[in-house]
Amino acid sequence: MDIDDLNEIAQKERAARKRYTLRCCMAAGCISSNSKGVKEALEKAVKDAGLEDQVEVRGVGCMKLCCQGPLVQIDAQGEGATIEISADGQGPLYQKVTPEDAASLVATLKGGKTTVQRGDPAHPFFTKQLSIVLANSGYVDPERIESYIAADGYQALHDVLREMTPKEVIETVVNSGLRGRGGAGYPTGLKWGTVAKTASPQKYVICNADEGDPGAFMDRSVLESDPHSVLEGMAIAAYAVGASQGFIYVRAEYPLAISRLQTAIRQAKQYGLLGSGVFESPFNFNIDLRIGAGAFVCGEETALMASVEGKRGTPRPRPPFPAESGLYNSPTLINNVETFANIAPIIRKGAAWFAGIGTEKSKGTKVFALAGKITNTGLIEVPMGTPLRTIVETMGGGAPDGGRIKAVQTGGPSGGCIPADALDTPVDYESLSKLGSIMGSGGMIVMDETTRMVDVARFFMEFCMDESCGKCIPCRAGTVQMHHLLNKILARQATIRDLQKLEELCDMVRNTSLCGLGQTAPNPVLSTLRFFRKEYLDLLVPDTYGPRQNGKAGAPPAAAPGR
Amino acid sequence: MAARTLTIDGKQVSADESATILEAATDAGINIPTLCHLDGVYDVGACRICLVEVAGVAKLLPACTTRVSEGMEVKTDSERLRKYRRMTLELLFAERNHVCAVCVANGHCELQALAYTLGMDHVRYEYCFPRWEVDNTHPLFGMDHNRCILCARCVRVCWHIEGAGTKNVSGRGARSQIISDLNQPWGTSDTCTKCGKCVMACPTGALFDKGATVSEMERDRTKLEFIVTAREKKQWIA
Amino acid sequence: MDRLKVATVWLGGCSGCHMSFLDLDEFLLELADKIDLVYSPVVDTKEYPENVDVCLVEGAVCNEDNLELLRRIRARTQVLVAFGDCAVTANVPAIRNQLGLRNDESVLQRAYVEGAQSNPGVPRHPGIVPPLLPRVLPVHEAVHVDYFLPGCPPPADRIKAVLTQVLAGAEPRLEGPQLKFG
Repeated sequence: MDIDDLNEIAQKERAARKRYTLRCCMAAGCISSNSKGVKEALEKAVKDAGLEDQVEVRGVGCMKLCCQGPLVQIDAQGEGATIEISADGQGPLYQKVTPEDAASLVATLKGGKTTVQRGDPAHPFFTKQLSIVLANSGYVDPERIESYIAADGYQALHDVLREMTPKEVIETVVNSGLRGRGGAGYPTGLKWGTVAKTASPQKYVICNADEGDPGAFMDRSVLESDPHSVLEGMAIAAYAVGASQGFIYVRAEYPLAISRLQTAIRQAKQYGLLGSGVFESPFNFNIDLRIGAGAFVCGEETALMASVEGKRGTPRPRPPFPAESGLYNSPTLINNVETFANIAPIIRKGAAWFAGIGTEKSKGTKVFALAGKITNTGLIEVPMGTPLRTIVETMGGGAPDGGRIKAVQTGGPSGGCIPADALDTPVDYESLSKLGSIMGSGGMIVMDETTRMVDVARFFMEFCMDESCGKCIPCRAGTVQMHHLLNKILARQATIRDLQKLEELCDMVRNTSLCGLGQTAPNPVLSTLRFFRKEYLDLLVPDTYGPRQNGKAGAPPAAAPGR
Repeated sequence: MAARTLTIDGKQVSADESATILEAATDAGINIPTLCHLDGVYDVGACRICLVEVAGVAKLLPACTTRVSEGMEVKTDSERLRKYRRMTLELLFAERNHVCAVCVANGHCELQALAYTLGMDHVRYEYCFPRWEVDNTHPLFGMDHNRCILCARCVRVCWHIEGAGTKNVSGRGARSQIISDLNQPWGTSDTCTKCGKCVMACPTGALFDKGATVSEMERDRTKLEFIVTAREKKQWIA
Repeated sequence: MDRLKVATVWLGGCSGCHMSFLDLDEFLLELADKIDLVYSPVVDTKEYPENVDVCLVEGAVCNEDNLELLRRIRARTQVLVAFGDCAVTANVPAIRNQLGLRNDESVLQRAYVEGAQSNPGVPRHPGIVPPLLPRVLPVHEAVHVDYFLPGCPPPADRIKAVLTQVLAGAEPRLEGPQLKFG
């Protein structure tokens, strides 16, 4: 494989494009509402209508407006299309498509009419998005490498291997300002630089695809929709840091992502884009999959590496950081799915282009999974610094059924609840942490007025309690006690002293736990206490047997409170 | 082998660059409370009792796994650290059924001793009273999960001193449990060599010699020390 | 100075702490000069009096009677001391808590039926056996406790240390092995 071969594949793929392309979403969300059946019915309808030489039915990745799936969109090229094409070249988008609708959809290509529900590609949900990570999502066929190559895929890898030194690659990533998309926002270029500078005969690159926050499905969508972008990003990273082996740690609950990754790795190896002598250069790089076994804590990098080594997935103290001593005690670069998916576009379009998007300290875009009490649930990618209000109200359409938004939860069990009056906050790493929340990996759960915040805090505490690995005491036993206290508050049996105990535990667990899971487990409680303290106080009962009852003048209390 | 100079609790201390804060402090006669640490096996930093404050570092660091560095300023004792250590102990006592009065290790228990040393006079958290079994299937030893604090010392000595690999941890969170082989009765384990190192290593009454009754379970840690010294320093101490 | 009004109470426990109290030996004579023992298993007072200065509570809170008495004590006492491990940790009486909530019926079955040598049957007449609480509590889970005096039983010198300090009007402080459970 050299650049001519790559260009030839791309040209061949582009030349094979037919007049119409029916893009049918084949990501997990739409598949669960039978988009597979829709795709088969569309193929049959095309055949029945005798349009096979004019129409391609293409299974694509996530088309973003998940709540309206299965989604089908029609593209046309050339003159004289019978379907209406908007000014920006968008063909009609169809929602909640069933296999029975297939015939009438295909009929529109011959001037027919259809009653299938139309989506609005001009809605802010789509138009306010800026796609870098998701640029191919919904367009390329994730199961065909040619489709990715036709979208400039693997160009960046070629350019890096042939025209850039590892140092230049790292400089580009540093200059782009890209920060880790797993949640903590550590500068990616800096991390790469550390791994590159650590001398070792063996280094590793790991992609953390153990997405586990409740309500988060960004990484799953990227893997299902555009697996090659992650592979390409990893290969570029491996070249930059000097690694020859990569691992993708993906959770077993993502079977479709796993199968598409397997397909993608196989295809990339066949084309010589992975393996030995990539692009006929001396660079060797292999990627293997490691499947998680259902533990949330394995998203923590040291636990993840233990799991890859085949050990019990428990975190260990840092330092040493993985960049110095990681997998099998070798220097290891570990980044999240979305971080890797940003790499190829940065190389292709330049660091300055990327750094021109977003805010001063948070560059580029961020993908969010919009879920909860919101009209348009789905996947969005917006420039950093977009106000939360734009995301949840303009794009998300606000709470359904005339409800009012009360809070937005970001960062999952490590994050916090941002109250409605702070909706004008721009979404960037610093602004969110100032509000006691975090950017997190991109889960965004919207809550309306019917949500009780103490319930929310208890839900996340229960999650952390169940997912604590059990290694360190503060997290293992502290989450149990905090959960117990939250239950007691909700059962209206707690006093102000219990609330103090809860706050004291939050402080202790945050400061003494071994890993991020425990250190951030109190966040949902702390943030709801910060903005919704009254909801806690309203649930408390008077402290009948506390210190105030002491004293010589004390009389037996009239009624015994229930225990 | 280069030396590093640091300050621990205001005292100038020098230590080898490979030393941990705990080793440097112990050398200098400064006592840092520990629970999951055991001389001779590698440290895991799990119990968080030995957390110390290091100037310029926002996070508290476990003394047992943190290496010394030049000019490091360590504080091993403060109101805050004492409070966290006490809370950690309270959480442990509330977690399982630590009934000192009827425990084989009463009077010889590191958890009990740590509790009174750190001034824990009662437990403010509600006791969980979980139901745990006692495994009495082994011919020589017993395992009472009610007293286990999951420090995993037994696991570490079993793998790294004896090399048998019988003991392990299963489950997650509060349901974590020390197991033998593939979570089977200890007495049916094929790998257990009956060496008793796990019993010597246990800080509480969780692992005990059969026949020991209340307060009778005294440990002989010198045997572990003997083996480790013999192996690492090739010295056969008497 | 007024003589301090001191009470000692025996809830769910084995009375070992009171035995240890009696081990104070000659200090008891010293004590007798300074305090009035207004309520105790060793004196014949039926009703817990008002305005008690110091009360040592032995035993865990196991049944409704324990709880009712404890609440009365709290309301009428200046300084409440959890006396011994059962009061401080619920200790041995609380081992039944491991059977889970609503273990009271099975406990009664075991005690009055399965273990009975004659006339098996749970006494159900009102006022005979006070209803058991669903779960045994240490004293501080039921009411506020001012000071803790652990030990099973607390050795006499430990009791003496606390009483001496309390009688002197100081905040009793136990340190190191004096705080040992068990």
